[in-house]
Amino acid sequence: MTVNLVEIRNLRVEATTDAGRRVEIIKGVDLDIARGEIVALIGESGSGKTTIAMTLMGYARQGCAITGGEVRVAGMDMVSLSEAERARIRGTCVAYVPQSAAAAFNPALTIMDQVTEVARIHRFMSAAEAQAKALLLFKALSLPEPETIGNRYPHQVSGGQLQRLGAAMALIGQPKVVIFDEPTTALDVTTQVEVLRAFKSVTAQHNIAGVYVSHDLAVVAQIADRIVVLKDGTVQETGTTDQILEDAQHPYTRQLLAAFRPKTQQRAPDHDGATKRPLLEVDNLTVGYGPRSRDGQPLINAVQAVSLKLDRGRNLGIIGESGCGKSTLARAIAGILPAHAGNIVFNGRELGKAGRNRTRNELREIQIVFQHADSALNPAKSVGDILRRPLTFYHGMRGKARDARVNELLDLVRLPKSVRHRLPGELSGGQKQRVNFARALAAEPTLILCDEITSALDTVVAAAVVELLKELQRELGISYIFISHDLSVVEAICDEIIVMYRGQKVEQITTTRLSAPQHPYTRLLFSSVPKLDPDWLDNLKQDADELRAYSQR
Amino acid sequence: MTYSTSSERLGMRLGYRFNLVGMSALGIILLWTGIALFAPRIIPHSVGEIVDTDYFGPMSRDLWFGSDYLGRDIFSRILMGARYTLGISLAAVTIACFSGVALGMTAAVAGGWFDSMLSRFLDALNSIPSKLFGLVVVAAVGSSIPALIGTLSVIYTPGAYRFARALAVNVNTMDFIVVARIRGERLPYLIASEILPNILGPVLADLGLRFVFIVLLLSGLSFLGLGVQPPYADWGALVRENIAGLPFGAPAVIFPSLAIASLTISVNLLIDNLPRRIRDRGAE
Repeated sequence: MTVNLVEIRNLRVEATTDAGRRVEIIKGVDLDIARGEIVALIGESGSGKTTIAMTLMGYARQGCAITGGEVRVAGMDMVSLSEAERARIRGTCVAYVPQSAAAAFNPALTIMDQVTEVARIHRFMSAAEAQAKALLLFKALSLPEPETIGNRYPHQVSGGQLQRLGAAMALIGQPKVVIFDEPTTALDVTTQVEVLRAFKSVTAQHNIAGVYVSHDLAVVAQIADRIVVLKDGTVQETGTTDQILEDAQHPYTRQLLAAFRPKTQQRAPDHDGATKRPLLEVDNLTVGYGPRSRDGQPLINAVQAVSLKLDRGRNLGIIGESGCGKSTLARAIAGILPAHAGNIVFNGRELGKAGRNRTRNELREIQIVFQHADSALNPAKSVGDILRRPLTFYHGMRGKARDARVNELLDLVRLPKSVRHRLPGELSGGQKQRVNFARALAAEPTLILCDEITSALDTVVAAAVVELLKELQRELGISYIFISHDLSVVEAICDEIIVMYRGQKVEQITTTRLSAPQHPYTRLLFSSVPKLDPDWLDNLKQDADELRAYSQR
Repeated sequence: MTYSTSSERLGMRLGYRFNLVGMSALGIILLWTGIALFAPRIIPHSVGEIVDTDYFGPMSRDLWFGSDYLGRDIFSRILMGARYTLGISLAAVTIACFSGVALGMTAAVAGGWFDSMLSRFLDALNSIPSKLFGLVVVAAVGSSIPALIGTLSVIYTPGAYRFARALAVNVNTMDFIVVARIRGERLPYLIASEILPNILGPVLADLGLRFVFIVLLLSGLSFLGLGVQPPYADWGALVRENIAGLPFGAPAVIFPSLAIASLTISVNLLIDNLPRRIRDRGAE
């Protein structure tokens, strides 16, 4: 019997590319986890953090193989075991909580069936026992209506609840170690707080060891005992949470920490007020989905009578949790989803509500950049083709002039010229988002609507993208409407912030007055943003009444 | 599964990988195409000539694949039959898939009443039994090769339409389509440049499958006397007219079947193993 629950020694994982080239993605990693200890693996995407976590189950993704070293979990070497032996250990000794519980649940089965499935497969307890155990877990994870939630189907519970149910599924086999693979990345900050609390208390209660994979240092600070910083498949730095937060040695760790420091931003000097005309004025805009009733009201109003004003060269932030209507508002301004009431005045001219009622030039001046660069870039077209199209379409450019402009655009977003020939699938998340942005720039717009453009990116990469946006603004004088649920990102770039809740604008504040929000929802939202302080979560006191009033959980 | 051959290395230099299965399938298809083109010059006997005194004769030095139910040379008849099977089926499948896919993508992008009308119309067309439809057309305009091609393509257009529409509807919800629409792009650009490249793989696989269906339907029609008219015969007709030889194990029924199998399987293997662009830049 070994001292530590998990001992990884000199782990090597190789991937085979489609040209048959072998690439080492994990290059000799050592890692120990004691009983009941939670170790966080942090690093940018591609650093191998999930790959390492998965080897605890003896699993390597398709095309990858563990080529060396050993992974001892409770004394058993997961690398040398047969697949059948590994299957016995999975779920009972090692369990896994995926990043997206929504994708991990089968929509056709009830939650209880899926949570107790592990017990059914491994036959370590009867169905009734398993259900009783599940009920205890639902309570421990502070799920609402624990007695009946198991009878529902996955689509009938919220994202935060589903994530906790995913944890219940992992914990039912009483594992010794649980792998948490970015379990809160996809959640709103207000939800994240509750999920983190639930994870923390359950793991402490059952003395469960955990591997917590994340790129969010502030989240990790709340839950982990130790932090391992990874880059390019090697361990850069290991230390207790306090050590890493206070005395980081490695440059990458410092970069991560730096992304959390409050950002100072110089405001663009005010242009002379006399000629100032707002770039965009939105007046009482109401947008909805579904069939219209007789009085012209759509079935569901996603945005209700929102007004806003944006001056040229300034930036406006819109924040709120998912479902608050912030993206719908952006879509209505862009003309993708026609608003059914209200006015959009751009540059002094009223715009048609639907995109097809706007002139090509009006369309050119407002560009929208979507959150998921994966789906916003045609996977079948090369980066060059993607950027050439708006140049031809809006500016009639061809041949050499167009190629030169493509190179300029790539240069603007700090990408090498060689990516022109690549397909989007061959780029990293940050690179894709830059291409996505370069396409918007190709139109030479005056306003860019950024819909959660940094949400899918790592902290460090997101900070770099935000820096880039600021630089481009200085060079090109563009205005941004920046939609996000991440306050720190909005704070870094915007002059004014609109807080939205359930389709309504609840507050509009300037970034200088951020510390004194008036509306209770704004207060709740702002207080939910994790801080680097490891005691933040324990000390966080949120008004229970407010929490109830504003949580749709 | 990939094999290292000299031509594969050539492919890799060009940035493409083409495996052995795909290459052999392509070889067989090219062979049949060559035969179809040059059949009249290479057949040893005339297709209508009775050259054997016995029917369902065995394989011999003179009659390579034996003789048929009238004592005609099966080898020559298969070579000539390649023209009809390959030509008619290819023409029909091309027309059916081209119109089906184009309409399907248009319906998915345009949506609304255009989509509903077109879908209902093609569903109605789909509900007519294919052989009955063929019968009616032949009764109306007589049996000719253009009529056959037309009938076969009309029968298989609704299927291609449904398939392409289902694929295109999924692609149509992606953000890059929204981006293109809001850029002000028109329908032809949307379907040709944004949607088609993303559904091409499944559409080609569907084309292969549909080709097989058409070969089989053509055989059925020929059996009913609605297809290729005697003394010429496509492969399906050869199987049907010699089916009586099956109890004797006559080569006359086995070889046309093998010809159909080799062609249809090759088409599908080729489509599943098309040359793939090598995307691993690091290896260069």
